[in-house]
Amino acid sequence: MIEVKNILKSFENSDVLKEIETIFYRGKTNLIIGQSGSGKTVLLKCLLGLYEVDSGEIIYDGVSSKKMNSDEKLDISRQMGMVFQGSALFDSMNVLENVRFPLDMLTKIDENEKNSRAMKFIERVNLKDAINKLPSELSGGMQKRVAIARAIVMNPKYLFCDEPNSGLDPKTAIVIDQLIQEITKEYNITTIINSHDMNSVIEIGENIVFLKEGYKIWQGNNKEVLKSRNKEVEDFVYSSELLKKLRN
Amino acid sequence: MNFLHDIGKYFLMIKISFSKSCKREILYKQIFKEINDLVLDSIQIVSILSFFIGGVVSIQMALSLENPLLSKTLIGYATRESVILEFAPTFISIIMAGKVGSYITSSIGTMRVTEQIDALEVMGINSLNYLVFPKIIAMLLYPFVITISMFLGIVGGLLAISLTGVPSEAYIQGIQMDFESYHVTYSYIKTLVFSFVLATVPSFHGYYMKGGALDVGKASTQSFYWTSIIIIILNYIITQLLLA
Ligand SMILES: Nc1ncnc2c1ncn2[C@@H]1O[C@H](COP(=O)(O)OP(=O)(O)OP(=O)(O)O)[C@@H](O)[C@H]1O
Ligand SMILES: [Mg+2]
Repeated sequence: MIEVKNILKSFENSDVLKEIETIFYRGKTNLIIGQSGSGKTVLLKCLLGLYEVDSGEIIYDGVSSKKMNSDEKLDISRQMGMVFQGSALFDSMNVLENVRFPLDMLTKIDENEKNSRAMKFIERVNLKDAINKLPSELSGGMQKRVAIARAIVMNPKYLFCDEPNSGLDPKTAIVIDQLIQEITKEYNITTIINSHDMNSVIEIGENIVFLKEGYKIWQGNNKEVLKSRNKEVEDFVYSSELLKKLRN
Repeated sequence: MNFLHDIGKYFLMIKISFSKSCKREILYKQIFKEINDLVLDSIQIVSILSFFIGGVVSIQMALSLENPLLSKTLIGYATRESVILEFAPTFISIIMAGKVGSYITSSIGTMRVTEQIDALEVMGINSLNYLVFPKIIAMLLYPFVITISMFLGIVGGLLAISLTGVPSEAYIQGIQMDFESYHVTYSYIKTLVFSFVLATVPSFHGYYMKGGALDVGKASTQSFYWTSIIIIILNYIITQLLLA
């Protein structure tokens, strides 16, 4: 569980996050939704500790970001997995090496076990046939899947995904969404996903935080989001005229 | 103000790259990779440049020493001195600021732009230790490249001068004349300082760059600009301290 208490974050000349207050639950797929530029990626990077917040605090299962020393911060960050918006695969390494990388860097287990653990997650994302390929030889969707495998190979307590299914076809997107949800349940992970894909919102939105221009406007689950009478949420959910008509 | 801030950030970067170390076998692997990319891959171009510049230097020396009263051995002597004191350590380092420097800046800069550095940090890996430290260590072998440059510069001088008809014995005698081992020491001290600059200044420009793919090119240019200026200024300071 991650609690966010009144955080503010600004860059040189603009306030990007304003008074965000929310909770992300363990064992649930928590979604952060909102238009492009609303601050989703910045919020995620604050949770990850990549950005320092200007004020407020983030509490990771009872441990406050305010009271952590650098060792404790490292400890928490080793329990996090992250899928970046652009995949962020290491381009000099092949698929297997990419997925194995966290194991190589951070664990002492032997070669065989590293390979079998990496292979388990590679198979899970359906890339068994591509293990020797370099990222530049993969499609955008395949790169995403490698990134997901790499993010979960260390069995993280917290999983962050920045638009995990952008660039995937709708069918694969749902497969990936469901895979993330299954893993979330199986390992009881606190999963936080940035998205502006309505399919994901409906499919896996167990706890949805809606951002607009840096403010949290609304929070609820996928059933509530469809019924919400909040003007901004309605605009986002029923963004096309056709959907609006279908609803009425 | 900004400038002072950057200098502070640069030294902090070096400090962090030496702390919170990655696993040893990982670092060994990285160091060997960097030795290959930074040092071994530079030998060819350094050899070609050194050989021909050595030739040009000796021909020019011969030209300015045409007076029959001056011994022909001076050609070898003067070529040796200019190659060892200045040409190999400084001139080659400026060229390396272009070759090695832009390679370092663009490879680290690309990792920054494509969030690969963020990915390392998220895994709890000290990305500076993983990326910059192996480069600093690999560049400890850079004096080896400069030794090759010195040797080939002098050999190039010999071949060029023989082609102009000056007896090679005179040249060989010249390069052994009045040998000051302190000059070689001075030269290697310079080289080691430059190797550190060559590894760290381009890393700094890549690591802290902002923007997209287009900015990687700009960062490389900036990196060459600063690396070469820093080398030239340090060259002056070290020479003032050690030779003046
Ligand atoms: N490093 C930074 N420096 C300055 N401003 C930034 C930085 N990162 C983000 N911003 C600004 O913060 C705002 C929110 O950006 P953010 O990347 O969080 O949007 P997003 O909701 O993730 O959008 P998208 O859906 O397009 O990914 C934008 O206006 C952006 O310009
Ligand atoms: Mg984003």
